[in-house]
Amino acid sequence: MEQSKEATIINVRDLNLFYGEKQALFGVDLAIQEKEVTALIGPSGCGKSTFLRTLNRMNDLIDGVKITGEIVIDHEDIYKSNDVIKLRTKVGMVFQKPNLFPMSIYDNVAYGPKMQGIKNKKELNLIVEESLRSAAIWDEVKDRLKTSALGLSGGQQQRVCIARAIAMKPDIILMDEPTSALDPISTLKIEELITNMKEDYTIVIVTHNMQQAARISDKTAFFLNGEVVEYDDTDNIFSTPQDQRTEDYVTGRFG
Amino acid sequence: MSIPTTNKQTVEIGKANKRKYMLEKVSQRLFLICALLSVITLLLIIGFVFYKGAHPFVAEGYSFIDFIFGSDWVPSEDKFGIFPMIVASIFATIGALIIGVPIGLFTAIFLAEIASERLAKIISPAVQLLAGIPSVLYGVFGLAIIVPFLQNTFGLVKGQSLIAVILVLAIMMLPTIVTVAETAIRAVPQTYREGSLALGVSQIGTIFKVIVPAAKSGIMTAIVLGLGRAIGETMAVILVAGNSLIVPTSLTDSVRPLTTNIALEMGYAFGTHQEMLFATGIVLFSFILILNFVLAKISSKGGN
Repeated sequence: MEQSKEATIINVRDLNLFYGEKQALFGVDLAIQEKEVTALIGPSGCGKSTFLRTLNRMNDLIDGVKITGEIVIDHEDIYKSNDVIKLRTKVGMVFQKPNLFPMSIYDNVAYGPKMQGIKNKKELNLIVEESLRSAAIWDEVKDRLKTSALGLSGGQQQRVCIARAIAMKPDIILMDEPTSALDPISTLKIEELITNMKEDYTIVIVTHNMQQAARISDKTAFFLNGEVVEYDDTDNIFSTPQDQRTEDYVTGRFG
Repeated sequence: MSIPTTNKQTVEIGKANKRKYMLEKVSQRLFLICALLSVITLLLIIGFVFYKGAHPFVAEGYSFIDFIFGSDWVPSEDKFGIFPMIVASIFATIGALIIGVPIGLFTAIFLAEIASERLAKIISPAVQLLAGIPSVLYGVFGLAIIVPFLQNTFGLVKGQSLIAVILVLAIMMLPTIVTVAETAIRAVPQTYREGSLALGVSQIGTIFKVIVPAAKSGIMTAIVLGLGRAIGETMAVILVAGNSLIVPTSLTDSVRPLTTNIALEMGYAFGTHQEMLFATGIVLFSFILILNFVLAKISSKGGN
């Protein structure tokens, strides 16, 4: 079996999540493979973004969230260990809308490493350049690194956001509908970028756009009402789905 | 398609509308008059203070330089120098800023970023209530608590002193600073917080490196507004300042800031003495004007 050759980097077992009384995730089991792109698809409110945010514990910011079950990343249950800072340096995140800080492009990318204690100017310069190159935005911004990042176009900002995440040298990058606020050309650039990035990173991406999932992901998980209905190779999900609901969704019958 | 209107109906509608237009015009005028009222009042006050205050320098041959830099204020001997008071006002304001700004800012950060909603709901109204307490009560509090405390702790002959003024003013500026700064911090988009935390930065790191810089112009506004409150405060200051006419050289010196000078003497002053008190008002007014100018500069910068 090909499956067994792959290394699991994130292992989710029987994950339940409650917002106060309301349960949002029901017994999610998912094994995400290293250096692959895993897409999470499903209609609005199905829990895919909520699930993504459990992987770097961003749900901790919301009052009244309760989680049971386990998520093992790199042999460590992330909800048993209390080092959220370490987890988030290992698991980076790119958000739905570009959320660069009101600082220069350089300072945005150098922010994470600086806060980790890297003070050496040369080292920082190197990290910034490498990260921007990896995010395929270096050529566009290299002459204006010291200008405000908020002057860039939305697509450029989103790629700088990716560079900012890369600068922390994470193993995993979570993306929460990273192209939903962008035009088609910017979207295409980011999709190309994601395809190239999987050589070095494990990527988990939430997307509304099924064509996008089909184009860029290796595996796809279909979420519905807080449950994983089907999880398989992307090709299988889109050509021969096992579950009737998956078929209805990917063929556009609902959602 | 439409219901045909007779001539009579049209006239009626026209009449009704005429009344509406009239009412519209009248109310517009009324609002304009109300709006002008504050401008007129402002101009009247400025005109009056300047007319009275400038008189000794324009018509009676007193030197303005001597007035500002003179260190003797003895109205009975025709000596009018307000330098000690200017220094007292500036020291008291700066001192109050040094104590009030960090406490106010940390309170605002705590309320906006760290405190649970329940705790914030207790502390926030308390801080706002602090703003509603009449200033004379702050003075009484200072006189009854802070002054004796200073007397006993530092073995002073008289507890009414610069440091007492600073402490009272620091407390009085807190609500202004806390409320305005808290609003500014709360206005920072949640996405900045998430962006920083998702990079593995601690909450405190996020607050000081991302959130406070993003709220900078609002926080500066808070500080300038607090400063305005401190420099103009009169009633509370009279009670705890001691009102001695010396250039303060230590925190425990008894002082007389500009505001208290006017309030203490205006009741019995006449002639040149009275005009000199108005001149003191001009100096105070200039301070406030400069502050407002700075404030406008800051907020316009924040807009960009």
